[in-house]
Amino acid sequence: MAEFKEISPNASAGAKLTNWFENRFPTMFSAYRVHMAEYYAPKNFNFWYIFGSLAMLVLVIQIVTGIFLVMHYKPDAALAFGSVEYIMRDVPWGWLIRYMHSTGASAFFVVVYLHMFRGLIYGSYRKPRELVWIFGCAIFLCLMAEAFMGYLLPWGQMSYWGAQVIVNLFAAIPFVGPDLALLIRGDYVVGDATLNRFFSFHVIAVPLVLLGLVVAHLLALHDVGSNNPDGIEIKGPNAPKDAQGHPLDGVPFHPYYTVHDIFGVSVFLMVFTAIIFFAPEFGGYFLEYNNFIPADPLQTPAHIAPVWYFTPFYSMLRAITSEMMYALIACVLLAGVLAATKLKLPSLFKAVVLGGAVVVAALMLAIDAKFWGVVVMGGAVVILFFLPWLDNSAVKSIRYRPDWHKYLYGIFVINFVVLAYLGVQPPSPIGERVSQVGTLFYFGFFLLMPWWSRIGQTKPVPDRVTFAAH
Amino acid sequence: MKKLILSLITALGLLSGAHASSAGGISWDKAPVNTSDVASLQNGAKLFVNYCLSCHSAAFMRYNRLQDLGFTNEQIKDNLLFATDKVGETMKSAIDPKQAKEWFGANPPDLTLIARSRAGHGGTGADYLYTFLRTFYVDEAKATGWNNLVFPSVGMPHALWELQGKRRPVYETKEEHGHEVHVFKGWEQLTPGTMTPLQYDQAIGDLVNFLQWMGEPAQNTRVRVGVWVLLFLLMFTVITWRLNAAYWKDVK
Repeated sequence: MAEFKEISPNASAGAKLTNWFENRFPTMFSAYRVHMAEYYAPKNFNFWYIFGSLAMLVLVIQIVTGIFLVMHYKPDAALAFGSVEYIMRDVPWGWLIRYMHSTGASAFFVVVYLHMFRGLIYGSYRKPRELVWIFGCAIFLCLMAEAFMGYLLPWGQMSYWGAQVIVNLFAAIPFVGPDLALLIRGDYVVGDATLNRFFSFHVIAVPLVLLGLVVAHLLALHDVGSNNPDGIEIKGPNAPKDAQGHPLDGVPFHPYYTVHDIFGVSVFLMVFTAIIFFAPEFGGYFLEYNNFIPADPLQTPAHIAPVWYFTPFYSMLRAITSEMMYALIACVLLAGVLAATKLKLPSLFKAVVLGGAVVVAALMLAIDAKFWGVVVMGGAVVILFFLPWLDNSAVKSIRYRPDWHKYLYGIFVINFVVLAYLGVQPPSPIGERVSQVGTLFYFGFFLLMPWWSRIGQTKPVPDRVTFAAH
Repeated sequence: MKKLILSLITALGLLSGAHASSAGGISWDKAPVNTSDVASLQNGAKLFVNYCLSCHSAAFMRYNRLQDLGFTNEQIKDNLLFATDKVGETMKSAIDPKQAKEWFGANPPDLTLIARSRAGHGGTGADYLYTFLRTFYVDEAKATGWNNLVFPSVGMPHALWELQGKRRPVYETKEEHGHEVHVFKGWEQLTPGTMTPLQYDQAIGDLVNFLQWMGEPAQNTRVRVGVWVLLFLLMFTVITWRLNAAYWKDVK
């Protein structure tokens, strides 16, 4: 137990109250110091570093608006659609709460994609921040589950058929697929049972996991310290420090980054509220037009597209046709041969690698392309977890990498946007080819990173961060 | 590099309009929507309860919400209430869904959200409805005797034909890339309606305006509140910007 601190009876009421709490709940005070007042963050954060705080803000908006929506929403296939309209029409300010929640879902993905891109270009996932990145990837995965299940709840046509399509994907898994899809749906088609379990997961199960992961993400971050646009360790053993041992290139999170983030939050809120009040459907991207028609199990819409934030991955799923499988099989065999001939491995390992490639290729021929489409779509997210061990560049930040790396990251972004665009469109022969090339590029970018990230002359990394006083 | 990435992200945001495929050949006319024009909305509401509500429901719309359009409860009760006697009820149609299916081949869709759900890459849902309600024509080949240009083989007969009269589209034959194609040229009025074409377009404009308003009765409030919220945030941003600068001026 910590020592009990006595306070002079002449002290002010405020000091006495603080003392009372400090003696009974010292953790509150030490947590404030560790995570706020004495958490030193690099002073050279730029525009890209606002999106972590914004993601927290949107999470809070989603939870608070979600609590109010649940007060009026009815998780019942016969009542769900009507209850959403009841919220939009009869609940005082219900429309505002609903639009905040629906716009918040899209805003969440906007800020999280930008947050992840920041990590990608400045090497924020690299040693010693691997776990920070992995917790982040797990948050992204949870967010996708949360968004997918939440999208069923309004029980419109797109909700219904989107869920039908995605749950049916699980049925493509060999042996267990059909039973797994049945377990997810709780019925042979998407129905009331599905709606109820998705509601339960959306409002309780996934948010609990999400909050736990966010805490882990932040605690791990504050243990190792934030990276910065220069990729320099400001708290390293050789980093310059003042007499108290505080990094010269860091500033206390509070007040410097709290005021910084409040400014960022107010700019973000202008964009966010402009959408809520003036374009809540956002041209059919945030609220799809078809979703204003109640779910009808007997009428399949002509074109089923997931919401925009899933479309890059949906494109990759659609890219895997039986034709595309030949290209993928060629890639697997080529990778096996290259690994066996070029890598310095014991000959037993070489045989295992080569044999493994042949087995995978055989499975790829034997099992339906639909299943491999699901594998590719899942793999596109899972591969992010391995990023810390794929990047072999001598420097962390894009600033000190060879120039052509910057163009490669630029192409990666364009490719991702093109895949997202194609995922919104109805299938077309040209779109299919482009998405196939895009899928190969996406995976090539990550799987070949151990090699390409080493190529080229890096620039010298300075000892101190780049910072111009405001 | 930073600029490049920024512009890419902006480009993503600007890809405009989700693309739902629209059936039918002709392009949609721009609907004269103005949800703050109370006279137009009132006229639209009257047309709606008189002509649409006998077959279509607006199951999420309460009669007394029409107070937003300047009607009093008494006016609603006396002039707009046909299927019920309680103003707190929602607008349910008198027709039996089973019978409707027998008569028209399909259930008449609920109209509460029709202006929101029919949007597509041809325009807004209001544009679609404005075009749809003005392109009915006589077609003896159909069971109802009616057909429509934007919704070919539509199950719905021309409910407003007395106002518009009977019409027939006129096509002309054109050469395009070596093929002969029929292009819609205009209308031939077979029998006159009780309204002139101009009056009819105005009436449909009012009706569509009402449908647009009914899709989201809070839409005027939403925009009005939005202006104040943004004005507040604009001031708040100036304060936080200066607050931030005041703290950071010491960081060297």
